[in-house]
Amino acid sequence: MSAGQALLEVRDLAVSYGGIQAVKGISLEVRQGEIVALVGANGAGKTSTLRAISGLLPYSGEIRHEGTLLRGLPPHRIAARGIAHVPEGRGIFANLTVDENLKLSAWPCRSRAARDRGTERVFALFPRLKERLGQPSGTLSGGEQQMLALGRALMSGAGLLLLDEPSMGLSPLLVKEILAMLTDINRQGVTILLVEQNANMALRMASRGYVFGSGQLELSGTGQELLGDPRVRKAYLGA
Amino acid sequence: MTYLIQQSLNALQLGSVYALIALGYTMVYGVLTMINFAHGDFFMVGAFLCFLSVARLHLPFVPTLLISMAGVALLAVAVEVSAYRPLRKAPRVSAIITALGVGIFLEHFTLALSPYPLHIPPAFENVTWNAGGLAVSSLQVVTVLLSVGLMAALQFVVARTPLGIAMRAVSWDRDTASLLGVPVNRVISATFAIGGALGGAAGMLYALSYPVIDPYMGVLVGWKAFISAVVGGIGDIRGAMLGGYILAAVEIAVAVALPSTYRDFVAFSLLIVLLIFRPYGIFGRPRPQKL
Repeated sequence: MSAGQALLEVRDLAVSYGGIQAVKGISLEVRQGEIVALVGANGAGKTSTLRAISGLLPYSGEIRHEGTLLRGLPPHRIAARGIAHVPEGRGIFANLTVDENLKLSAWPCRSRAARDRGTERVFALFPRLKERLGQPSGTLSGGEQQMLALGRALMSGAGLLLLDEPSMGLSPLLVKEILAMLTDINRQGVTILLVEQNANMALRMASRGYVFGSGQLELSGTGQELLGDPRVRKAYLGA
Repeated sequence: MTYLIQQSLNALQLGSVYALIALGYTMVYGVLTMINFAHGDFFMVGAFLCFLSVARLHLPFVPTLLISMAGVALLAVAVEVSAYRPLRKAPRVSAIITALGVGIFLEHFTLALSPYPLHIPPAFENVTWNAGGLAVSSLQVVTVLLSVGLMAALQFVVARTPLGIAMRAVSWDRDTASLLGVPVNRVISATFAIGGALGGAAGMLYALSYPVIDPYMGVLVGWKAFISAVVGGIGDIRGAMLGGYILAAVEIAVAVALPSTYRDFVAFSLLIVLLIFRPYGIFGRPRPQKL
């Protein structure tokens, strides 16, 4: 895949569930190596967009990954293509140990060698997880749980991370730490699609961003452009 | 004292059967939070497969065991895929009604094929050893050892294998498990297969111990095993095992101390009292609220 080509392409996506139309025809793309931020108010359809991409919600429109239509694929098949979705609230299995949480996501890995590579990489990024392997993951701190969620997502060697509110519930210091880690992960060649309430923070690190307003896209541009846009500043940055 | 040991042995034998069936209820509840009310009838089908294998095909013990376990495992998966899976997003009540319907279907399908109670000849020569007033039959020994072996194997699968980890993950949060690449439907089917295989083994062991079988035999035994699972804490594997042995011990204690017709009435009263004090069962805990 050449640089700059769309890794993920969303066309006219509409998502309805429970009688509510959460996403009303949006189009966006994520290119290889980018960090793309989706920002906007609560309930604007950001989470539904991620859940549609990873196959958890039915939708109309088209979603392509590396040119292949994803429609009809069950979530585990989409995960096996190298799309790792860290859901809102992190989705840690509190009833499993740290080690088991990590092993679980190695399920799509066919070879032991690939699994070992994944483990090594995760421990290099998050040495703290290695110290906590045998611990029930419900006893981890919020920051450690976020590291576990990220580490778990990277285990399978995913090339595209979908992150839903990675900063939620973390102290400002930890948020900084997690963001630094995301930048690291991105430098290692992992493309990131990030949903954040904290628009300022997300747009600062993003190559590009999309601003959601009640199910539709209001604006898009580079992170810097959006940060400087008076409408964004007024609506989301409190300036 | 001898008498007490004798009765404890009988309780172990009966409890093993309850425990094996209770595991099927508790595992399915664990992954789907659904009570598979047809499970008692899966157990009955295991008993009939045992009849087929021993009385018709004249097969020895081990092939009979494999036929009962594999046959009921296949049946459980077929029921899951054809009847339960389409209703996974339907209201809870629909799934319950379907499970009851599947149970009644299995009873009457079996009745249509075999309208009279059947007698099962022994699958192996049943030797009884007498020592110091204690009578132990080889069937009792086989029942208890085989059950304990199967439960140990299950514990190993759940605690140590990728399938076991996936089963626990699916029981915690199905959607997130699928996001990590776990094929949730296959894990659920595997859970039904394992629960079915244990129920099939229970049906066979029960049929060899109490060798007259009929299509409704799974109803009361199934309820008792279900109650065992609830007493142990539904969804908890150790709880299902312990619950099975507790129920059997209470039943046999009542039968020893009181007229035998009091057995179920007293046993169930005690269980109701236990649940009043421990509403989630012995090992059960209220599920923490998810964010």
